[in-house]
Amino acid sequence: MSRVRIDMKAGADLDGFRRALRIFVRDRVAPDDVVFAAEGVQDLFGAPLAGEAPPVVLPRAVTRLIADVVCHRDHERYGLLYRLVWRILKGERGLLEVASDPLVYRLARMQQEVRRDIHHMHGFLRFRRVVTEGGVTEGETESSGIEEKERFVAYFEPVHFTLAAAAPFFAERFANMAWSILTPDGSLHWDGKKLVEGPPARRDPAAAGDGFEEGWRTYYAATFNPARANPKLMAQHMPRRYWADMPEVAAIPELVSFAPVRVREMIAREAAASPKRAPEKALQKMREGRPKSLQDLNALIAASEPLVSGAVPGATRAVLGEGPLDADIVFVGEQPGDQEDRQGRPFVGPAGQLLDRAMAEAGIDRGSVYLTNAVKHFKFEMRGKRRIHQKPTLSEVKHYRWWLMAELEFLSPRLVVTLGGTAALALSGRQVSVTKMRGRQEFPPFAGFLTVHPSYLLRLPDAEAKASAYCAFVDDLRQVREIAGERLKAA
Amino acid sequence: MDEKLATKLGILADAAKYDVSCASSGAPKRKAGKNGLGATAPSGICHAFTPDGRCVSLLKILLTNYCLFDCAYCINRRSSNVPRARFSVEEVVRLTLEFYKRNYIEGLFLSSGIARSPDRTMEEMMRVAKTLRRVHGFRGYIHLKAIPEASPWLIEEAGRYADRLSINLELASGASLKALAPEKNDRTITEAMGQMHERILEARDERRRFSPAGQSTQVIVGADDVKDAAIIRASARLYDDYALKRVYYSAFSPIPEASLLLPAKAPPLRRENRLYQADWLMRFYGFSADEVAESGEDGMLALDVDPKLAWALKHRERFPVDVNRAEREMLLRVPGLGQRAVERILTSRRHQKLRLPDLARLTAGLKRALPFLVTPDHRPVSLIDRLDLRQRLAEPAQQMSLF
Repeated sequence: MSRVRIDMKAGADLDGFRRALRIFVRDRVAPDDVVFAAEGVQDLFGAPLAGEAPPVVLPRAVTRLIADVVCHRDHERYGLLYRLVWRILKGERGLLEVASDPLVYRLARMQQEVRRDIHHMHGFLRFRRVVTEGGVTEGETESSGIEEKERFVAYFEPVHFTLAAAAPFFAERFANMAWSILTPDGSLHWDGKKLVEGPPARRDPAAAGDGFEEGWRTYYAATFNPARANPKLMAQHMPRRYWADMPEVAAIPELVSFAPVRVREMIAREAAASPKRAPEKALQKMREGRPKSLQDLNALIAASEPLVSGAVPGATRAVLGEGPLDADIVFVGEQPGDQEDRQGRPFVGPAGQLLDRAMAEAGIDRGSVYLTNAVKHFKFEMRGKRRIHQKPTLSEVKHYRWWLMAELEFLSPRLVVTLGGTAALALSGRQVSVTKMRGRQEFPPFAGFLTVHPSYLLRLPDAEAKASAYCAFVDDLRQVREIAGERLKAA
Repeated sequence: MDEKLATKLGILADAAKYDVSCASSGAPKRKAGKNGLGATAPSGICHAFTPDGRCVSLLKILLTNYCLFDCAYCINRRSSNVPRARFSVEEVVRLTLEFYKRNYIEGLFLSSGIARSPDRTMEEMMRVAKTLRRVHGFRGYIHLKAIPEASPWLIEEAGRYADRLSINLELASGASLKALAPEKNDRTITEAMGQMHERILEARDERRRFSPAGQSTQVIVGADDVKDAAIIRASARLYDDYALKRVYYSAFSPIPEASLLLPAKAPPLRRENRLYQADWLMRFYGFSADEVAESGEDGMLALDVDPKLAWALKHRERFPVDVNRAEREMLLRVPGLGQRAVERILTSRRHQKLRLPDLARLTAGLKRALPFLVTPDHRPVSLIDRLDLRQRLAEPAQQMSLF
């Protein structure tokens, strides 16, 4: 068979190679009988290919290798790739796994060089801001949409034909900026929606600098530690061929030449005796940073945002505790509900009203106790127009625990009454069974009492059960009153 | 950029450079949305290297270098005479965005001296991250150096916006901490790390966002007399107990305005390098902390050979290893063979018997590996027993040159 010559387009001609490969495979053309003419490399003979052939099935790793290696500048790349495909189709299916095979080794090296080049472009390319019509003044930042007032332009000289392969990275990252990348092999322009190819470009010697380049150089110089100078290592990581287009490298010569002097000075200089101030003062200052009163703490809580998991919507505001600061009894509920969130006060909804009634029957004056919640924000699920309460998760309870404990420390009540399991969990730090543990409890450093949450009474389905549960709840509250009274006398 | 901002940037970047972490990896994959800016790359990207050979990936700055604390090893301690500066939240946000748009950085690494109070400082750091994410739709990498003394809710909130939160251990022993950082407390630090770990796990269970790239820490080496073995064991504990992503080792380097308590000498760079190698052996090569620690003498890692070679020289009875037959665990212990080389050996040898020329294509470290390997065309019996093996393989035993 006579040799076949195929002309490839300049650059990374993946489509051309794929077409040629399909035809050659169909016609069973041996690698030795093919000449791929790339980048104007002329060979002696051969005719252009005509027609299309069916796709060739190859392992995924091979197609990936091909896509990478066609970007390489080596003239032999297509020939080597065809040789590899030929061998794979001739029965060496696992050829790519034999990293020690000379052909696989060479192609892997080429792939690695291409990938490294792409990676270098991602890292070392520098944009300069160019003001287009409409004129924006330096430093103004508009991050909403692109109205082509500014464009970011970069010039880069890749080692291989990697512009197209590197571009998606920039399109993902700088989606809402208008930008252009210019290279000697071609250019790409992004307008916020699509990439447009342009002709090869040269570095514009007159390109104006960018107002932030000086600041960037300042940063670069400051982040260098002269005591660790190692310019060789730097050059190894950051090849010199990219330096011409990186604004920060202008600082390098001075940094390197003055490093020894700076270090010698640092070592030689007598350590300055410190004008010591007492550390106690600093620590005192730190302690002062903690909330000093319940009011301070509440201000912090009120200013915080609700902590909500996942897609569950959260409250409009924090609901703070309420009641006299010297209250003997503090009631801790689970978390605010719909009404509480609207009014910004604890226990004002249906459960709160039930609690009021039970307290009155048990002889506790609501005005004399402090009412608060373990979790300070409402969490809900929308069902139609109604906001349905969602139980707080374990970590949410833990998250709010710090606030609750700080709140209780300011109040230092004689008795903390936890309404329901969540409140008991918040105080004890562990899961608690309300039915088993109902009654007197110790929540160090506080004396406690565990009973049900009034909303539990509301949820009971039949009237009889409701009535008896309510009686038991009122009984609990009577006990609470007695215990608090005893402790008052004992004190 | 105006001159005042540039001056602040100079001071606050200079003050932040002793924190060696600059990684931007491990964040969940993100792309800029329609109105967003920024993305994350799975393995992180270095945008420049400074003449100390270290990577610039993030804008690494302090919010302020005013500090209430007086830690001897820190240039920002209360009693140092360095110039002071303080960024506003808006300034940090603006610098991050403008640098990012020019492709200078992968994101922000923000640390701070403790000014006024831990909470106040932590809150401002959190606000930087929150403003970047919420107001500007920034989707690049954010690493916040948490302040262990700050209130839990602030740290919790910070974790919603940051990719990584970290706390610096700085000194591997409580005693050193007491001597050099009188106001710091090792319990506060490890407790904060423990809480952080718990939060990360909880958030993962609840599919909630909290410091998704995990936590890391830094240990300063050479400011006190703690031995390598103690540092390695401390690191192993940190990896086990708190699932830290990384422990960074920072050779203590002389700082301007140094404290009288500190050694004024060149940083122990080779020691730092050996500790990183030891760390790698534990994380990727299946070595236990004890094995690594005992490869040296008197609790110090050898400086003339790397810890893997040091271990191999002490365990000559386990070598040579047959390249065509040995298990992965043992191949990983051969000096000169990296993780990737071992994987390549394992797949290649399924297809063919490996000889020396094949091996040369699979690893760049063949020369170092030769005394420890057997192939059909190579048997190093005499080499492994040579008394001068160490000298033949060792690097000249001296401190790496500074210039």
